[in-house]
Amino acid sequence: MKTNKIAFLGLLVALAFVLSYVEFLLPLNIGIPGAKVGLANLVVMVALYTLGTKNAFLLSIVRVVLVGLTFGNLAMMIYSLAGAGLSFLAMVIGKKTKLFSVTGVSVLGGVCHNIGQIIVAMFVLETSSLIYYLPFLIVIGTVSGIVIGVLSGMIISRIQKLFKI
Amino acid sequence: MKKNDIILIAVILVITLGGLASMAFRQKASTEDTADKAYVLVKIDGEEYGRYPLDEDRQERIELPDGSYNVLVIEDGYVQISEASCRDQICVNHFHIHYAGDAIVCLPNRLVVTIEGGEENDIDSATN
Repeated sequence: MKTNKIAFLGLLVALAFVLSYVEFLLPLNIGIPGAKVGLANLVVMVALYTLGTKNAFLLSIVRVVLVGLTFGNLAMMIYSLAGAGLSFLAMVIGKKTKLFSVTGVSVLGGVCHNIGQIIVAMFVLETSSLIYYLPFLIVIGTVSGIVIGVLSGMIISRIQKLFKI
Repeated sequence: MKKNDIILIAVILVITLGGLASMAFRQKASTEDTADKAYVLVKIDGEEYGRYPLDEDRQERIELPDGSYNVLVIEDGYVQISEASCRDQICVNHFHIHYAGDAIVCLPNRLVVTIEGGEENDIDSATN
C-alpha cells in the first residue's frame, strides 16, 4: 500500500468517526428507533470507490468499533457491526455486478444496514414483532441511500481527479 | 443515476409496500381470530359454572341449588341478564357487556358473568 493511500485511509477513518459523532449528537427523531441518516456510509462509499474493497471493509469495521467504544455500548456495537457487515456485503455485490451506479449501490447499503440491525435485534430481544419496523426502516434506508449516493457520487468524481489513486 | 438505480429503488419500494399491506392484512385477521375466541365465563360462588362462546346467540337459565335463578342472554356479541330471582335486580338493570374484562355481578346469587378474551374496549384500555 502506498503511503498516500495509507494517509488517505486514516483521513477517511477520522472523517467517518466524526460523522458518526455528528449523527450521535443529532439523532433523527421521527419515532422509529434505529432510524439514521447514515452519514458515515458516505465515507464508506468514497473508500469503496477510491481505495478498493479490502480497505473500505477495514474502514467500516474500524469505524464501528471506534464509535461503539467511544459513544455507545457493547449492544449498540453488535447492532452496528451486523448492519455495517450486511450493508458492506450488499454494496460490494452491487458494485461488482456493475448494474448500478453509485446511487444504486448506496441505496442497497442503506437498506441492508437497517435489515441487518433488525435481524440482530430480533435475535437479541427474542421477539419477531420487530419485523413490523422493517418496512419503515427500509423506506428510510432507501431515501437516505439516495441522498448519500448522490453526494458520494459527486465526492468520488472530484477525489478521483485529485488523488489519482 | 442509471436506469437500473431507479428500477432498484422502485422494486424496493414496491416490496416494502407489499410487505406493509400483507402485515396490515394479517394483523386484521389475527384480531378477528381473537374476537372469535371470546367467551362468556359464568362463575357461581367463585367456581366455574360454564363458559359460552360470545359470538353465538343463546339463552341460558342458570339454576342454583336453593331455587334461585338467573337468565343469561347472549345476543349479537352482547351479554345481559334478562331475568333474575333476586330482589334487587341490579344484574338485570346492568347495561349489556361486550368487551374483554367487562362483568355483571349478581351478589345475592353469588353469580359473576365476565367476558374473557376478544375485543378490548379501546376507550379506557389505557387504564386497565
